[in-house]
Amino acid sequence: MTEPDPELPAEEDVPAPPALLHGAPVTASRGQTVVHADPSSYLDVVRALYDDGYGMCVDLCGVDRLLAPAVDLPAGVEPGRFEVVVNLVSIDDRRRVRLRVQVPEVDARVPTLFELHPGTEAMEREVYDFFGIVFDGHPDLSRILMPDDWEGHPLRKDYAVGRIPVQFKGTPPPR
Amino acid sequence: MTDVATPTRPATGLAALRNPDAVLRAPHLPEDVDRQPTDDDTMIVNMGPQHPSTHGVLRVMLELRGEAVLRAKPVIGYLHTGMEKTGEDLTYLQGPTNVTRMDYLAPLFNELVFSLATEQLLGADVPPRATWIRMLMCELNRISSHSLWMATNGMDLGALSMMIYGIRERESVLAFFEKVTGLRMNHNYIRPGGVAADLPAGWRDDVLRIIDAYPARLADYDRLLTGQPIWHQRTEGIGYITAEECIALGVTGPILRSTGVPWDLRRDSPYLAYEEVEFAVVTGTYGDTFDRYAIRLNEIRESIGIVRQILDKLPKGDYRVQDKKVTPPPRGRIDESMEALIHHFKIFTEGFKVPEGEVYVAVESPRGELGCYLVSDGSAKPYRIHMRAPSFVNLQALPHMMTGGLIADAVAVISTLDPVMGEVDR
Repeated sequence: MTEPDPELPAEEDVPAPPALLHGAPVTASRGQTVVHADPSSYLDVVRALYDDGYGMCVDLCGVDRLLAPAVDLPAGVEPGRFEVVVNLVSIDDRRRVRLRVQVPEVDARVPTLFELHPGTEAMEREVYDFFGIVFDGHPDLSRILMPDDWEGHPLRKDYAVGRIPVQFKGTPPPR
Repeated sequence: MTDVATPTRPATGLAALRNPDAVLRAPHLPEDVDRQPTDDDTMIVNMGPQHPSTHGVLRVMLELRGEAVLRAKPVIGYLHTGMEKTGEDLTYLQGPTNVTRMDYLAPLFNELVFSLATEQLLGADVPPRATWIRMLMCELNRISSHSLWMATNGMDLGALSMMIYGIRERESVLAFFEKVTGLRMNHNYIRPGGVAADLPAGWRDDVLRIIDAYPARLADYDRLLTGQPIWHQRTEGIGYITAEECIALGVTGPILRSTGVPWDLRRDSPYLAYEEVEFAVVTGTYGDTFDRYAIRLNEIRESIGIVRQILDKLPKGDYRVQDKKVTPPPRGRIDESMEALIHHFKIFTEGFKVPEGEVYVAVESPRGELGCYLVSDGSAKPYRIHMRAPSFVNLQALPHMMTGGLIADAVAVISTLDPVMGEVDR
C-alpha cells in the first residue's frame, strides 16, 4: 500500500543494497518500506523518524520467530528469537514505514516508545503479555488481556494451544 | 448541583499524555482500606464490566471527588479468546471465519483486511467485480455500524427512542446481508481471492430500497437529536480531545476526524476502487462528542452516495480470481469430475500455500484504521496474524477524555469512542 520512498537511497550517499535510513538498513517488502533496527539503536531510529514527520505510531506488535527464523533480513542484521514490529505513519506526507527490531531470546528487552508515542502504552503491554518482551521505562508494564495471575506468554510458539476436556466424553449411550 | 466541583481538566495537552500519573494506575488495593475516610479522600469506583452502557464487558476504574472524575483507567481483557493464536492454527481459507468475529458490528471489514493481506502475499489480482462487490458490502456495513452507534449513543444519553430507530435501520441492512451471505453477522463472505458468491437476483432493488429510505430517516434524526437543546447540552464540549493528542495516542477514525484532521484511509491510501468514486471526508472542529455525532451521521450520507455510485459502476465479470491454486472448482463440476472433487477436497483440507513474507495492510473501518499484519512461513497457515484493532487503540484516549468531566459524562465519553469489545480483546 505504501510506496517505497524513492528518495531514500539518494539521500544517504550509501551504495545500495542495503540502503540506510538513520543508520539502519532499509528493505522493501511487497512494496512497503521496512527499516531494520536492533534493540540498542531502536529508540534513536524511531526518534529520528519522529523528527522526520512520522508522528503517529499506529501499531506495535510482536512476532515469535522460533519455528521460522527470518530469512528476508539484509546483510549484517542478526536474526533474533523475537521481533518487535512497529508501524509509523506520517500524516502530512501520507507515508508509512515499518520497523522490525530483532530481539534476542535471552534478556528480551527493548526501550519503550512511551515518551515519543504515548499511544504505544497499551500495545507494549499487549506484547509483554503475549511474548514476555520487557519494555524498559514503560510506566505500567502489566498484563492487559490475560488475567493478572496467568503463567506463561501465550503467543510464543512453544506455548501449546489449550484444550478443554470434553465434559461428556465417554458417557455411556442412552440405550 | 451546588456542591459539585466545576469540571476542569487538571492537566491538559501533550504533557498530560506523557505523565504516568495522569492515568489511574492502581494495580493493588491500598493497605489501609479499613480506616475512616476524611473529606479530602477521593473515591475509586469500578464502572463495569457489567454496566449496560459499557458496550460489552469494559471495566473503567474511576477516581472521583464528588461527581467529578479525577482520573480513569480502562481495564480490558474480559472478552479475550485468543483469536490471534487461533488464527495461527487455521488455513488462509478458514481465516475469515476467525477474524470476522473480532469487530462483530463491522465483520466485513475484518474479512476484507485479512483477505487483502493474504492476496498481497499471494500476489493475486482480484477481478474488478469482486472489488466492487467488496466496496458495496463494506459501505453498507459502515451504514449499519453507524446506525447501531446512533442507537446506542442515543440510549446512553437518554434519547431512548433513538435506539428503536437505529436498530430498525440496521435491520434493513442486515436483512440484505442475510440474503447475500446467508448470515446476518460473521458472514465469511469476503475471502482471499474474491467473495464467496455473486450477488443474488434482485439485489439492486434491495439496495435501492435501503438507500432510498435512508435520507428521510436521517432528516428525522436531525429533528429528533441534532437541533434539540438537551442533546446539545449533553454532547457539546464533552469528551474534548485535540488533534495533537489524537496523533500522539494513535487514535484514528471519527475521533481523529472530529478534531479537524482529514485522515481517511479510503482517500489517503486508497484500497479497493475508492479512487474511482467521489466522496467527502467529513471532519469536525472542536473534537467533542457532538462533532463525533455529526461526523457519523454525515458519514452515513457519504456512504449512501458511494453506494449509489457503485450501483452505476459495478462491472460485470467474475466474482473471484480464477487461480486453481486458490479457488475451489464450481459446485457443478464436482458432480461430474473426479479431479474437481479431489481439487475441492485438497483446497478445503490442506488449504493453499502462501509465499514467505510479511505484509501490513490497513483499511478504514467505521472505528478507524483496521490493520492486519500477516507473516507467512510458506505454509498453508499464517505464521503470525496480528490485527490492529482501532477500538483497542482508541480506548487509550478514554482516561484523557474523561478527566475533569462529570461521572454522567463518562457514559457519553465511552459511547462516543464507539468501542467494540470483541475487537479490543480479540
